[in-house]
Amino acid sequence: MSPRDLMGAALRGLSANKLRSLLTVLGVSIGVGAVIVLVAVGNGSGKAVQARLEAMGTNLLTVSTTGGGGGFQRGQAGPANQQYSLTLDDASALADKRLAPDVSSVAPVMTSSGTTATNGDTSYTVSQIIGTTPSYMPATNTPVGIGESFTQEDVDTSQRVILLGQTTATELFTRPASAVGQTIKLGAVDFVVRGVLASKDSTGFNDPNATAIVPINTLRATQAGYGALSQIVVQAANEDRVDTAQAEVTQLLTARHQVPADQTSPFRITNSAQILQTSQDTAATFTALLATVAAISLLVGGIGVTNIMLVTVTERTREIGIRKALGARRRTILGQFLIEATLLSLIGGAVGVGVALIVSRFQLAGVQPALVPSSIGLALGVSAAVGLFFGSMPAHRAAGLRPIDALRHE
Amino acid sequence: MRVPAVQVPVVPVVVASVAADALIDIRDVTKTYGHGETAVHALRGVSLRVDAGEYVAVMGSSGSGKSTLMNILGCLDVPSRGEYWLDGSNVAGLSEDQQALVRGRKIGFIFQSFNLIPRTSALANVELPLTYAHLRRAERRKRASRALDLVGLSDRADHRPNQLSGGQQQRVAIARALATGPRILLADEPTGNLDAHSTDEVLGMFDQLNSEGRTVVVITHEHDVAARARRLIQVSDGRIIVDEVTR
Repeated sequence: MSPRDLMGAALRGLSANKLRSLLTVLGVSIGVGAVIVLVAVGNGSGKAVQARLEAMGTNLLTVSTTGGGGGFQRGQAGPANQQYSLTLDDASALADKRLAPDVSSVAPVMTSSGTTATNGDTSYTVSQIIGTTPSYMPATNTPVGIGESFTQEDVDTSQRVILLGQTTATELFTRPASAVGQTIKLGAVDFVVRGVLASKDSTGFNDPNATAIVPINTLRATQAGYGALSQIVVQAANEDRVDTAQAEVTQLLTARHQVPADQTSPFRITNSAQILQTSQDTAATFTALLATVAAISLLVGGIGVTNIMLVTVTERTREIGIRKALGARRRTILGQFLIEATLLSLIGGAVGVGVALIVSRFQLAGVQPALVPSSIGLALGVSAAVGLFFGSMPAHRAAGLRPIDALRHE
Repeated sequence: MRVPAVQVPVVPVVVASVAADALIDIRDVTKTYGHGETAVHALRGVSLRVDAGEYVAVMGSSGSGKSTLMNILGCLDVPSRGEYWLDGSNVAGLSEDQQALVRGRKIGFIFQSFNLIPRTSALANVELPLTYAHLRRAERRKRASRALDLVGLSDRADHRPNQLSGGQQQRVAIARALATGPRILLADEPTGNLDAHSTDEVLGMFDQLNSEGRTVVVITHEHDVAARARRLIQVSDGRIIVDEVTR
């Protein structure tokens, strides 16, 4: 039989029971569609995390102190860990090119949370007020959207100026653009709004736009007192120097705070490249998990193919007998049923790909799926293989029937 | 398949190599189903020769073994013991695929229940054995149309089996059996499901085919069907009890 004849016979066989074929196709298409969509979702969420972290800057180091094993949080200097508190002097030392040649910029950070900002009758509790220097903005990829940043001079002279995050500005002024130049109160102190920060994507649970940034000296004078720094943000000269910069920072801080050699470092240095790596690993695991779930549904679809083909073979035993009596050879019968099964699962695969292409255009569970081209090819290939594999048992059963037994079958 | 002419006079008739003279030659064939105490002896040593061009009726009551005989003759089943020479070759020595080939090319089957492939047009049904014989599409079409024409159903070529009457279905089946130009027409109760008129039509067709030189073997339990044949074989309890030329 020519391939065309085989295909014709297979199509006739499938169309003989349209609903049954349709449901089997549906089973396979759900499997294939699930593989493609879920892999795309996993991939998409991985990409989203990566994009956010890359927006943060991959050559960023965040230094904080763990307090030498004590239960004190950063900034809350207690007697046991005062020795290891980060100070403005630490920040100046890190900025020294001779001491840390691979560090390009340094920004000390102090934070104060839960402060209420008021604009006339409108008030809003800013989740975090950051006190820092101007180099913080480029280092952490926090550009000023409207207005301008404050200057080092503003820091040195403790000017009462403020940069508002998008959410803060919207809450206080409705239109963020109208905020620049206005005066607001933080607690009891007046601040002049110098600029509004550009909107940032969320990297975690907190809204990164519900902030305000003020010069660090101003924050110390007005809100947070003269305690330790929360963190020091360090930018490496370039992405390749992040590791050396991290080593320099560790060495410098260990020396400055006279940490005993036998003690684990009380300074925690978070490397954004490491975070990126970790989150990529997490995303990969997530994707693998989703793919496994999808693969199981594809397997179930495949078993559906076997089931239907077994029913078909039983139902058409007599037909197989007739065909054998008319001179059909073993492999002709085998081919006919294998092609039927493969056709079933290939049609299912094609439908699944089509549906997946449509579905993955939409956001799913807050993630924009990113299609992995290889997953489409793989899913189609697997669906063809599913047909061949799961169809081979029924097809062999059909081909192996003795003509007389098949003809006698009622 | 023909043995060189020089051999014919010097070799005795019973020797295998001359069996080509007989189209069908079965020798002491037995067929047993099952084992031990539950074994059923369907054939208990049957020998039979049918020459080309004969018109043979095989009669017997139900359970006599005539169907088993038919299945063995049609290469649908293999004997438990004994030999079957078909057109000069030993069927037992053929592989499964070669047997399929023999069925396709040398034997045309006609069944009691027609056995047309459902949901497939009359023409496609007739084409089927030609497809299995690896004929080209155009050639298949031509031969199948001719065979349908022969049984007077050219106008029903596109009809499906369920759109045809019993008589028409059986005529399509005959066309299908004839399509490959087989040497033997093997009919198993061909008129069992037909009315008197259709029976006459079908039997008339057999007469016609036989008069054109085709070998016809009909298995039946109806005497008027058997009476059309020129040789009558009666089977009882797995043995041939009567083998006579009737016309």
